Amino acid sequence: MNKFIVSGTPHVRSKDSIQGIMRDVLIALTPAALMGIYVFGLNALVIMVISIASAIFFEFLYQKLMKKPVTITDLSAAVTGLLLAMNMPSGAPYWMPIVGSAFAIIIAKQLFGGLGQNFINPALAARAFLLASYPTAMTTWPAASHAVVDTASSASQAVDAVTVATPLALLKAGSITTVTSSDMINAFVGTVGGCIGETSAIALIIGGIYLIVRHVISWRIPVIYIATVFVLTAAIGRNGVRVPHYEILVGGLMLGAFFMATDYASSPVTPKGQIIMALGCGLLTTLIRIFGGYPEGVSYSILIMNLCVPLIDRFTEPKIFGAPEVKKA
Amino acid sequence: MQALTFKRGVHPPDGKALSAEQPIKVILPKENSELFFPMSQHIGAPCEPLVAVGDYVKVGQKIAESPAFMSSPIFSSISGEVVDIRPMLVPGGNMVKSIVIKNDAKMVEAEGLNQAHDYTTMSNEEILACIKDAGVVGLGGAGFPTHVKLNPPKDQPIDYILINAAECEPYLTCDYRIMLEESERVVRGLQVMLKLHPNAKGVIGIEMNKPKAIEAMTKACEGISNITVQPLVTKFPQGSEKHLIYSITKREVKSGALPASAGCIVDNVDTVVAIERALFKGRPLMRRIVTVTGGAVKNPGNYKIRIGMTFRDIIEAIGGFKEENPPAKLIAGGPMMGPTLYTLDVATVKTSSGLLCFTAEEAFIPEERNCIRCAKCVDHCPMGLMPFMLNQFAIRGDGENFVKHHGLDCIECGSCSYECPAKRQLAQSIRATKKIEAGKKAAAAAKARAEAEAAKAKNS
Ligand code: SF4
Ligand code: SF4
Repeated sequence: MNKFIVSGTPHVRSKDSIQGIMRDVLIALTPAALMGIYVFGLNALVIMVISIASAIFFEFLYQKLMKKPVTITDLSAAVTGLLLAMNMPSGAPYWMPIVGSAFAIIIAKQLFGGLGQNFINPALAARAFLLASYPTAMTTWPAASHAVVDTASSASQAVDAVTVATPLALLKAGSITTVTSSDMINAFVGTVGGCIGETSAIALIIGGIYLIVRHVISWRIPVIYIATVFVLTAAIGRNGVRVPHYEILVGGLMLGAFFMATDYASSPVTPKGQIIMALGCGLLTTLIRIFGGYPEGVSYSILIMNLCVPLIDRFTEPKIFGAPEVKKA
Repeated sequence: MQALTFKRGVHPPDGKALSAEQPIKVILPKENSELFFPMSQHIGAPCEPLVAVGDYVKVGQKIAESPAFMSSPIFSSISGEVVDIRPMLVPGGNMVKSIVIKNDAKMVEAEGLNQAHDYTTMSNEEILACIKDAGVVGLGGAGFPTHVKLNPPKDQPIDYILINAAECEPYLTCDYRIMLEESERVVRGLQVMLKLHPNAKGVIGIEMNKPKAIEAMTKACEGISNITVQPLVTKFPQGSEKHLIYSITKREVKSGALPASAGCIVDNVDTVVAIERALFKGRPLMRRIVTVTGGAVKNPGNYKIRIGMTFRDIIEAIGGFKEENPPAKLIAGGPMMGPTLYTLDVATVKTSSGLLCFTAEEAFIPEERNCIRCAKCVDHCPMGLMPFMLNQFAIRGDGENFVKHHGLDCIECGSCSYECPAKRQLAQSIRATKKIEAGKKAAAAAKARAEAEAAKAKNS
């Protein structure tokens, strides 16, 4: 007689897989990556390729050395590599994505137990590490090569400058007092200075909507994060300049809100927790941007909130169905 | 009417097309085949045999019972000689003491069978006694004795009698067929139940993926003022008692409480038919409808079987398995909650609603990976639990935290495991830990009771 499989329930499973989710994230990042190449040239592509390849390589190496099952096919290392590259300036020296990937994969991810166990976002941790160790290389912004619409600031800089100031730095310095429609268009399309993957708001929004539609992420973190920054910058302003609609388009906010703050391992699992995380990120980002020493606060706010996640999760456990204190009506 | 539902839950592919359009076919046990009647087919005290080896028993003869209130008698579904009383495998994997009867295929009926009762002139006690004497239990899965369920504490007014016709388990279609083919019986059975609780409303809850059943049942209850048909959203586990109650009445059954505490009695479709048979036809529970389906079955369909046949008898009677696509996994019931069987030599019992025979391809489950904290299990758990966390406690053997985080409230529906992209065995690990912790809790309660009694004895 043939043997029958004996197993626990349920006997049917959804088609979702880790690899499928990671593939969706890669697909969602593609528009922004392509815009990065379009705006910053082939160098951006080279950085992305190096970063992805080294992230996968370090994951493979670590798992081989530790005699663990090799899980590079789940694509999570590729996602980390790509996110790291998108958080770097296109002019970074080629060894930098390698060092960054090693830090992200080995220190931030694997040493904490691997996929799902890292309490901070590996790509952001690596970015913070690079920023602290090599501040100049990490904040030298090559000019965007194709400003769609010339504006006073981009035109004057583009003439002689190889490097430019990012819109956030300009805001901080007080050199932007009004936002013209060409400023808005440049920020929307991504033809401004910044990291490879952060400048094109429209490409990031398209990718983010894709993730929400595919149920990979929930709308809560990105929408509430961005809305919080909008409301707070409108309320606080910078020396009387209130341009919230511009503030949310520039810098790393779109990339951070859709792709970094939503990282599963380092964000809360409960709906309420996700809302708290988003509010916290929005508040910190605004405060750092306006009052802090750096022009940009997205990475640090997300990292700080990452550290609060275990606490948030503990206090936002959902009410169970039929909880004892609930009496029937 | 607007379809109602509960929060969270999942949408597994329903697989019902295989058997949904197959009318119920009667299959009878072969001459000389052995039928098995386990002494425990219900929740409550097991029965004791009333017959001995060598006795000749008839169809409908009571062969086992228990004096306990929380129990239900067992009837022979065939006529023939009692050849043995020995342990037999039942769905769920336990060996249970069973009366073994060899079928003489004469179907000689016991005296006093087929006496119709006029329930309208009977007292509640008489109706309940009739239901108890027919061995009726919840046929949807749990096997809760129906006469106990229909007789809640007096201070507990019943506002709703809900017929659970959601049939939310994928693949199963037996309730669906009953609603199409025996709709008047369902309505009559429900009217008997409503006689016991005249102030209650009767509601038949049917998922939207069964429009024909909704139509048939609506037609069958036309002109009856206290019975309505309520369409429900197609979602698993819509047929879970607590979730059905919530969907229809918006009342939450409190943790650890019975449906009666929310003013509701819930019974499944086939159970209601069993009540109808008992009163209108004077026949005890001897048969039930079983869906036999899955990619490995030659003739998937819905079969009216004699309770006590083995799954092997049934498979043989309906034409067997596909040679080119043999079964790799056998499941008693639906794919979300049904236990696996390692052999076909298992007795059917009152609660056997289906046999699912999966091919190797259908049975494939990818290996477990690390939890990635995607929160899908949290987003879909119908009880509002945090399954990934309970899974960690289960793995660590941390019973205290498991209980603190409501592990005992898990209804073992499997929605979490179904959704998990890392394919973690969440429900399985939670069920195992639940068993251990519930056992501990029961032991602690028993100990406390014993101590209290000892103290009382000492004082007096
Ligand atoms: S669904 Fe699976 S991977 Fe996602 S949080 Fe739950 S256990 Fe973890
Ligand atoms: S934890 Fe229990 S109740 Fe919740 S989805 Fe899993 S099996 Fe169902």
